[in-house]
Amino acid sequence: MTTNHDAHNGAPVSARLGIWAFLATELLLFGALFTAYAQFRITHAELFHQEHLKLNRMLGFLNTLVLLTSSLTIAVGIAAIRRGLQKVLKICLALTLALACGFLFIKYLEWSHDFHQGWFPRTNLFFGLYFMMTGLHGLHVIAGMALMVWLLIKAQRGAFSAEYSTPVEITGLYWHFVDIVWIYLFPLLYLIG
Amino acid sequence: MAAYKIYFVAWSTLLVLTAVTVAVSYLNLGLWNASVALAIASLKAGLVALYFMHLRHEIKLVLGFAVFPFLILGLILVGTLIDAIYRF
Repeated sequence: MTTNHDAHNGAPVSARLGIWAFLATELLLFGALFTAYAQFRITHAELFHQEHLKLNRMLGFLNTLVLLTSSLTIAVGIAAIRRGLQKVLKICLALTLALACGFLFIKYLEWSHDFHQGWFPRTNLFFGLYFMMTGLHGLHVIAGMALMVWLLIKAQRGAFSAEYSTPVEITGLYWHFVDIVWIYLFPLLYLIG
Repeated sequence: MAAYKIYFVAWSTLLVLTAVTVAVSYLNLGLWNASVALAIASLKAGLVALYFMHLRHEIKLVLGFAVFPFLILGLILVGTLIDAIYRF
Protein backbone atom coordinates (compact mmCIF):
# COMPACT_ATOMS: atom_id res chain seq x y z
CA MET A 1 0.00 0.00 0.00
CA THR A 2 1.16 3.54 -0.61
CA THR A 3 1.50 5.74 2.43
CA ASN A 4 1.21 9.41 1.75
CA HIS A 5 1.89 9.98 5.43
CA ASP A 6 5.47 8.82 4.94
CA ALA A 7 6.03 11.52 2.36
CA HIS A 8 5.04 14.22 4.80
CA ASN A 9 7.87 15.54 6.93
CA GLY A 10 6.84 16.22 10.50
CA ALA A 11 9.43 18.89 11.27
CA PRO A 12 9.75 22.25 9.46
CA VAL A 13 12.66 22.66 7.02
CA SER A 14 14.49 25.06 9.37
CA ALA A 15 14.51 22.46 12.16
CA ARG A 16 15.72 19.73 9.78
CA LEU A 17 18.52 21.98 8.47
CA GLY A 18 19.50 22.77 12.06
CA ILE A 19 19.81 19.17 13.18
CA TRP A 20 21.67 18.13 10.00
CA ALA A 21 24.13 21.02 10.51
CA PHE A 22 24.68 19.78 14.07
CA LEU A 23 25.12 16.22 12.81
CA ALA A 24 27.77 17.56 10.38
CA THR A 25 29.85 18.75 13.36
CA GLU A 26 29.24 15.39 15.04
CA LEU A 27 30.39 13.53 11.93
CA LEU A 28 33.65 15.47 11.93
CA LEU A 29 34.11 14.94 15.70
CA PHE A 30 33.87 11.17 15.25
CA GLY A 31 35.56 11.49 11.84
CA ALA A 32 38.77 12.73 13.46
CA LEU A 33 38.83 9.57 15.61
CA PHE A 34 38.08 7.35 12.62
CA THR A 35 40.98 9.04 10.80
CA ALA A 36 43.29 8.36 13.76
CA TYR A 37 42.08 4.75 13.75
CA ALA A 38 42.82 4.38 10.02
CA GLN A 39 46.25 5.99 10.39
CA PHE A 40 47.37 3.75 13.26
CA ARG A 41 45.82 0.64 11.79
CA ILE A 42 48.13 1.14 8.77
CA THR A 43 51.23 1.91 10.83
CA HIS A 44 50.54 -0.71 13.57
CA ALA A 45 48.71 -3.46 11.64
CA GLU A 46 50.13 -6.32 13.77
CA LEU A 47 49.19 -4.70 17.09
CA PHE A 48 45.64 -3.91 15.94
CA HIS A 49 45.15 -7.46 14.70
CA GLN A 50 46.37 -9.04 17.97
CA GLU A 51 44.51 -6.70 20.28
CA HIS A 52 41.14 -6.75 18.51
CA LEU A 53 40.93 -10.50 19.11
CA LYS A 54 40.70 -9.73 22.85
CA LEU A 55 37.31 -8.00 22.43
CA ASN A 56 34.14 -10.04 22.87
CA ARG A 57 32.67 -10.28 19.37
CA MET A 58 29.37 -11.74 20.60
CA LEU A 59 28.75 -8.90 23.08
CA GLY A 60 29.51 -6.39 20.31
CA PHE A 61 27.09 -8.26 18.03
CA LEU A 62 24.41 -8.28 20.72
CA ASN A 63 24.86 -4.55 21.31
CA THR A 64 24.52 -3.88 17.58
CA LEU A 65 21.18 -5.72 17.60
CA VAL A 66 20.04 -3.73 20.65
CA LEU A 67 20.93 -0.38 19.08
CA LEU A 68 19.42 -1.22 15.67
CA THR A 69 16.20 -2.23 17.43
CA SER A 70 16.17 1.08 19.34
CA SER A 71 16.35 2.86 15.98
CA LEU A 72 13.31 0.86 14.87
CA THR A 73 11.32 1.78 18.00
CA ILE A 74 11.99 5.53 17.67
CA ALA A 75 11.19 5.40 13.92
CA VAL A 76 7.87 3.67 14.65
CA GLY A 77 7.16 6.21 17.41
CA ILE A 78 7.67 9.08 14.96
CA ALA A 79 5.47 7.41 12.33
CA ALA A 80 2.81 6.98 15.04
CA ILE A 81 2.78 10.59 16.26
CA ARG A 82 2.57 11.77 12.63
CA ARG A 83 -0.79 9.99 12.72
CA GLY A 84 -1.61 11.52 16.10
CA LEU A 85 -1.17 8.26 18.06
CA GLN A 86 0.14 9.60 21.38
CA LYS A 87 -0.06 6.31 23.23
CA VAL A 88 2.03 4.43 20.63
CA LEU A 89 4.60 7.25 20.77
CA LYS A 90 4.89 6.93 24.55
CA ILE A 91 5.34 3.15 24.34
CA CYS A 92 7.98 3.56 21.63
CA LEU A 93 9.90 6.22 23.58
CA ALA A 94 9.89 4.00 26.67
CA LEU A 95 11.12 1.02 24.61
CA THR A 96 13.89 3.14 23.05
CA LEU A 97 14.96 4.29 26.51
CA ALA A 98 14.96 0.70 27.80
CA LEU A 99 17.04 -0.52 24.84
CA ALA A 100 19.53 2.34 25.39
CA CYS A 101 19.85 1.19 29.04
CA GLY A 102 20.46 -2.34 27.78
CA PHE A 103 23.17 -1.08 25.43
CA LEU A 104 24.95 0.75 28.26
CA PHE A 105 24.62 -2.25 30.58
CA ILE A 106 26.35 -4.52 28.05
CA LYS A 107 28.98 -1.78 27.57
CA TYR A 108 29.47 -1.75 31.35
CA LEU A 109 29.99 -5.52 31.37
CA GLU A 110 32.57 -5.23 28.59
CA TRP A 111 34.48 -2.37 30.15
CA SER A 112 34.59 -3.96 33.61
CA HIS A 113 35.93 -7.15 32.01
CA ASP A 114 38.56 -5.06 30.17
CA PHE A 115 39.64 -3.28 33.36
CA HIS A 116 39.70 -6.60 35.22
CA GLN A 117 42.07 -7.96 32.57
CA GLY A 118 44.27 -4.90 33.02
CA TRP A 119 43.40 -3.32 29.65
CA PHE A 120 43.24 0.45 29.99
CA PRO A 121 43.31 3.42 27.60
CA ARG A 122 47.04 3.76 28.26
CA THR A 123 47.71 0.05 27.56
CA ASN A 124 48.45 0.65 23.86
CA LEU A 125 47.26 2.54 20.79
CA PHE A 126 44.47 0.08 20.03
CA PHE A 127 42.94 0.18 23.51
CA GLY A 128 43.44 3.95 23.64
CA LEU A 129 41.31 4.35 20.52
CA TYR A 130 38.86 1.64 21.58
CA PHE A 131 38.10 3.33 24.91
CA MET A 132 38.05 6.82 23.39
CA MET A 133 35.70 5.86 20.53
CA THR A 134 33.30 3.64 22.48
CA GLY A 135 33.44 6.13 25.40
CA LEU A 136 32.54 9.13 23.25
CA HIS A 137 29.82 7.04 21.62
CA GLY A 138 28.57 6.00 25.07
CA LEU A 139 28.33 9.65 26.12
CA HIS A 140 26.17 10.25 23.05
CA VAL A 141 23.93 7.37 24.10
CA ILE A 142 23.58 8.92 27.57
CA ALA A 143 22.71 12.31 26.00
CA GLY A 144 20.15 10.53 23.83
CA MET A 145 18.63 8.88 26.91
CA ALA A 146 18.29 12.29 28.61
CA LEU A 147 16.46 13.53 25.49
CA MET A 148 14.14 10.47 25.56
CA VAL A 149 13.25 11.19 29.20
CA TRP A 150 12.49 14.81 28.31
CA LEU A 151 10.34 13.69 25.35
CA LEU A 152 8.50 11.17 27.55
CA ILE A 153 7.64 13.89 30.08
CA LYS A 154 6.40 16.18 27.31
CA ALA A 155 4.46 13.34 25.67
CA GLN A 156 2.90 12.51 29.04
CA ARG A 157 1.57 16.08 29.14
CA GLY A 158 0.13 15.64 25.64
CA ALA A 159 2.54 18.08 23.98
CA PHE A 160 2.81 16.12 20.72
CA SER A 161 0.23 15.58 18.01
CA ALA A 162 -0.06 14.99 14.28
CA GLU A 163 0.40 18.77 13.84
CA TYR A 164 3.37 19.21 16.17
CA SER A 165 6.06 16.57 16.61
CA THR A 166 9.27 18.52 15.85
CA PRO A 167 11.24 17.62 19.03
CA VAL A 168 10.50 13.92 18.51
CA GLU A 169 11.52 14.08 14.83
CA ILE A 170 14.77 15.93 15.60
CA THR A 171 15.71 13.63 18.48
CA GLY A 172 15.00 10.69 16.19
CA LEU A 173 17.52 11.99 13.63
CA TYR A 174 20.14 12.40 16.39
CA TRP A 175 19.45 8.89 17.68
CA HIS A 176 19.81 7.33 14.22
CA PHE A 177 23.12 9.16 13.80
CA VAL A 178 24.40 7.61 17.05
CA ASP A 179 23.28 4.26 15.64
CA ILE A 180 25.23 4.86 12.40
CA VAL A 181 28.40 5.66 14.36
CA TRP A 182 28.06 2.30 16.13
CA ILE A 183 27.40 0.57 12.77
CA TYR A 184 30.98 1.58 11.83
CA LEU A 185 32.57 1.17 15.28
CA PHE A 186 31.44 -2.44 15.64
CA PRO A 187 33.19 -3.93 12.56
CA LEU A 188 36.24 -1.64 12.84
CA LEU A 189 36.97 -2.48 16.49
CA TYR A 190 35.50 -5.95 17.02
CA LEU A 191 35.62 -7.66 13.63
CA ILE A 192 38.67 -6.50 11.68
CA GLY A 193 40.78 -4.57 14.23
CA MET B 1 0.49 -2.01 10.98
CA ALA B 2 0.89 -1.71 7.19
CA ALA B 3 2.07 1.87 7.58
CA TYR B 4 4.99 0.75 9.76
CA LYS B 5 5.89 -2.19 7.52
CA ILE B 6 8.73 -0.36 5.75
CA TYR B 7 10.50 0.21 9.10
CA PHE B 8 10.25 -3.44 10.05
CA VAL B 9 11.58 -4.47 6.62
CA ALA B 10 14.54 -2.06 6.97
CA TRP B 11 15.18 -3.30 10.52
CA SER B 12 15.15 -7.00 9.61
CA THR B 13 17.48 -6.29 6.66
CA LEU B 14 19.83 -4.52 9.10
CA LEU B 15 19.78 -7.53 11.46
CA VAL B 16 20.54 -9.93 8.60
CA LEU B 17 23.42 -7.74 7.38
CA THR B 18 24.83 -7.64 10.93
CA ALA B 19 24.73 -11.44 11.12
CA VAL B 20 26.41 -11.64 7.69
CA THR B 21 29.24 -9.29 8.67
CA VAL B 22 29.90 -11.26 11.88
CA ALA B 23 29.89 -14.56 9.95
CA VAL B 24 32.29 -13.19 7.31
CA SER B 25 34.67 -11.98 10.04
CA TYR B 26 35.38 -15.64 10.95
CA LEU B 27 36.61 -16.33 7.40
CA ASN B 28 40.16 -15.45 6.49
CA LEU B 29 39.94 -13.33 3.35
CA GLY B 30 43.19 -11.47 3.92
CA LEU B 31 42.90 -7.84 2.92
CA TRP B 32 39.31 -8.41 1.75
CA ASN B 33 38.01 -8.76 5.33
CA ALA B 34 38.28 -5.02 5.92
CA SER B 35 36.73 -4.14 2.55
CA VAL B 36 33.77 -6.47 3.04
CA ALA B 37 33.17 -5.23 6.61
CA LEU B 38 33.26 -1.59 5.50
CA ALA B 39 31.02 -2.25 2.48
CA ILE B 40 28.40 -3.96 4.68
CA ALA B 41 28.64 -1.17 7.29
CA SER B 42 28.10 1.46 4.57
CA LEU B 43 25.12 -0.47 3.22
CA LYS B 44 23.65 -0.53 6.74
CA ALA B 45 24.35 3.18 7.29
CA GLY B 46 22.67 3.91 3.95
CA LEU B 47 19.56 1.96 4.96
CA VAL B 48 19.34 3.84 8.27
CA ALA B 49 19.80 7.20 6.52
CA LEU B 50 17.32 6.51 3.69
CA TYR B 51 14.53 4.79 5.63
CA PHE B 52 14.81 5.67 9.34
CA MET B 53 16.11 9.22 8.75
CA HIS B 54 13.70 9.70 5.83
CA LEU B 55 16.39 10.94 3.45
CA ARG B 56 14.63 9.26 0.55
CA HIS B 57 11.78 11.78 0.85
CA GLU B 58 13.99 14.72 1.77
CA ILE B 59 14.22 17.99 -0.21
CA LYS B 60 17.45 18.82 -2.07
CA LEU B 61 18.61 21.54 0.33
CA VAL B 62 18.50 19.24 3.37
CA LEU B 63 20.09 16.42 1.32
CA GLY B 64 22.95 18.80 0.58
CA PHE B 65 23.37 19.48 4.31
CA ALA B 66 23.47 15.73 4.93
CA VAL B 67 25.95 14.83 2.17
CA PHE B 68 28.38 17.77 2.23
CA PRO B 69 30.14 16.90 5.54
CA PHE B 70 31.12 13.53 4.04
CA LEU B 71 33.18 15.41 1.42
CA ILE B 72 35.03 17.22 4.23
CA LEU B 73 35.57 13.93 6.06
CA GLY B 74 36.86 12.44 2.80
CA LEU B 75 39.40 15.26 2.48
CA ILE B 76 40.62 14.71 6.06
CA LEU B 77 40.88 10.94 5.56
CA VAL B 78 42.59 11.07 2.16
CA GLY B 79 44.96 13.87 3.20
CA THR B 80 46.04 11.94 6.29
CA LEU B 81 46.22 8.49 4.77
CA ILE B 82 48.20 9.44 1.65
CA ASP B 83 51.02 10.29 4.03
CA ALA B 84 50.63 7.08 6.05
CA ILE B 85 50.51 4.85 2.97
CA TYR B 86 53.53 6.37 1.18
CA ARG B 87 55.63 6.35 4.30
CA PHE B 88 55.29 2.61 4.92
